[in-house]
Amino acid sequence: MDPPNDFEALAKAISGFGVDEDSMILILGKWHPEQLGSFRKRTPQFFLEDERLFERLDDNQIAYFTKEFLRFKNAVVQWTMHPWERDARLAHEAVTKGPQAYGLLIEIACTRSSEELLGARKAYQSLFNQSIEDVASRIQCIERKLLVALVSSFRYEGAQVNDSTARSEARTLGVAIKMSNKKNLIEDDNIVRMLTIRSRLHLKAMVKFYKEIHGRDISEDLESVMSLKETIQCLCNPQTYFSKVLIDALKDDADDDMKEALTRVIVTRNNVDMKEIIEEFDKQYGVPLSRKIEEVALGNYKDFLVSLIDRIKEKPIEIPIM
Amino acid sequence: MATLLAPEDFSPGEDAMALNKAFKGWGTDEKAIIWILGHRNADQRKQIRLAYQQIYLEDLIKKLKSELSGDFKRAVCHWILDPVEREAVLAYEAIIKNYRTDYRVILETAFTKSAEELLTVKRSYQFLYKSSLEEDVASHTAGDMRKFLVAVVSVYRYEGEEIKEGVAHSEANILGDEIQGGRGGGGGGALKGAEEIIRILSTRSRPQLLATFNYYKQIHGISITKSLDGNPADEFSEALRAAIQCIKNPKRYLQKVVRNSINRVGTGEDALSRVIVTHAEKDLKEMKDVYLQKNGRSLDDAVASETAGNYKAFLLTLLGNQDYF
Repeated sequence: MDPPNDFEALAKAISGFGVDEDSMILILGKWHPEQLGSFRKRTPQFFLEDERLFERLDDNQIAYFTKEFLRFKNAVVQWTMHPWERDARLAHEAVTKGPQAYGLLIEIACTRSSEELLGARKAYQSLFNQSIEDVASRIQCIERKLLVALVSSFRYEGAQVNDSTARSEARTLGVAIKMSNKKNLIEDDNIVRMLTIRSRLHLKAMVKFYKEIHGRDISEDLESVMSLKETIQCLCNPQTYFSKVLIDALKDDADDDMKEALTRVIVTRNNVDMKEIIEEFDKQYGVPLSRKIEEVALGNYKDFLVSLIDRIKEKPIEIPIM
Repeated sequence: MATLLAPEDFSPGEDAMALNKAFKGWGTDEKAIIWILGHRNADQRKQIRLAYQQIYLEDLIKKLKSELSGDFKRAVCHWILDPVEREAVLAYEAIIKNYRTDYRVILETAFTKSAEELLTVKRSYQFLYKSSLEEDVASHTAGDMRKFLVAVVSVYRYEGEEIKEGVAHSEANILGDEIQGGRGGGGGGALKGAEEIIRILSTRSRPQLLATFNYYKQIHGISITKSLDGNPADEFSEALRAAIQCIKNPKRYLQKVVRNSINRVGTGEDALSRVIVTHAEKDLKEMKDVYLQKNGRSLDDAVASETAGNYKAFLLTLLGNQDYF
């Protein structure tokens, strides 16, 4: 094989989501020190010219490699873990990371069924010896009320909806939104209460009535308060929410947290609504999710994600008795 | 320990037939109803309900509701229910019955149960009433009371024994600030705030809260319940006091609820039957001991002198008495 192609191929094998293990074995396994040296000289994106005349691996690069090599391991562990433990660990990560991660708390609290959210709260106690309500109630931020109430919720999940209550709440909500200072919306007791204790069907009805009564989408009116907008979207339209999270993860300028969402969404939604998310993704962004993943993911990580997606499309298979 | 006396072997079919016989004719043979149902545990009662339905194609509860009346009816119809269902029904009645939600019942639901037990009650509530306990409490209360009640029924409380002393100390200070800040150290005036009290009471584990209450007394020289003592018309403060008393000592708290009910102090005349019915199969014996200790006479004597008729006979039966017919 032509050495320049090998250099490109190797660079490509470590420039994406995960790493292309097979190519690395194939190429690196046969290289001599001279080829390794040439590679280092030709890849300034990985190796810097040190003043003492050797090619040095950037510290950030080392961190990057660690992350990408671990992406497959993380996906596998997350997939194998009990869903309760998975969610508890994600929630813990969210509360400890700080404000930029609170969206993850909203995602978990709003897109899990009542029993699953409950399970996550139980697992949280087992893992961290305190309740998530306790921890969340000590967050120092304006979203605190909303977050605590969201993680404490145990919503009714039946079909019954009181339309007249939903309608009057839509009216009240519109008034509250109009009269308040945009920043204080997230601390408004009425809004927090409605979003955190009503059933999903009730909220969907409320959103519908809101449009009828006020002539606008509630998401438009809550545009300036990201957390409230996300809350409503997660509760009423999770597939749209997750499609957006996925496309953001796959963008060129995605940061670490956004990239991690790729694994998270595919693993956590697989047995829930992955099929609908895939359809929504296709509809919104004009390209099948599996194709996008083939483009940006590498190696075992890519194969694992693709198999997780393919199993959705296939007919249900016989589960072997173990 | 339970005070209920129930036989080991019984026949649900025979009981169902005996009950049916008690309903027949002009009046109702209440004594027979008391004798049978007052001596059956939850599992047995469930079987009797089933047998009655199978034999007579009628819901026993419906029948009881139509045949009985007054306090007696209420007590028996609560008693016949499965314990978890009963708690859900009691909560529902407390919320919608009168103009005002009987917050004491909600507090009992929230604070005299383990986290899992509270959960089973909430599930049962959703099944029975097609909405969540949280929603219904919220729609029938307002302001700080609403925030407090919704929060305490929502929490899945951690039940470990660990205590963080530093946190207990600082939260005792926070509580002191909110309670006494607006009052100048004594009782009477409105609370300075409610956010932190609600947060602490509705998220901390019981051992942690007990530690906090201890520090409160150390720091402020007065127990937290005393410093909340004041205007009985201030319902929210009264609710906080009740909650804290319940956290500190559930049996002593319930005993007081019963005593107040007997003495017709405040609202909640049905508290007497509520507490006896819900605890007869659990720990009414210990509660009787506390009652005797605190009041100088036995609960049985108090019930005997303050209630009458079939209602009295039924309560005494649940309390473990056999020999007054």
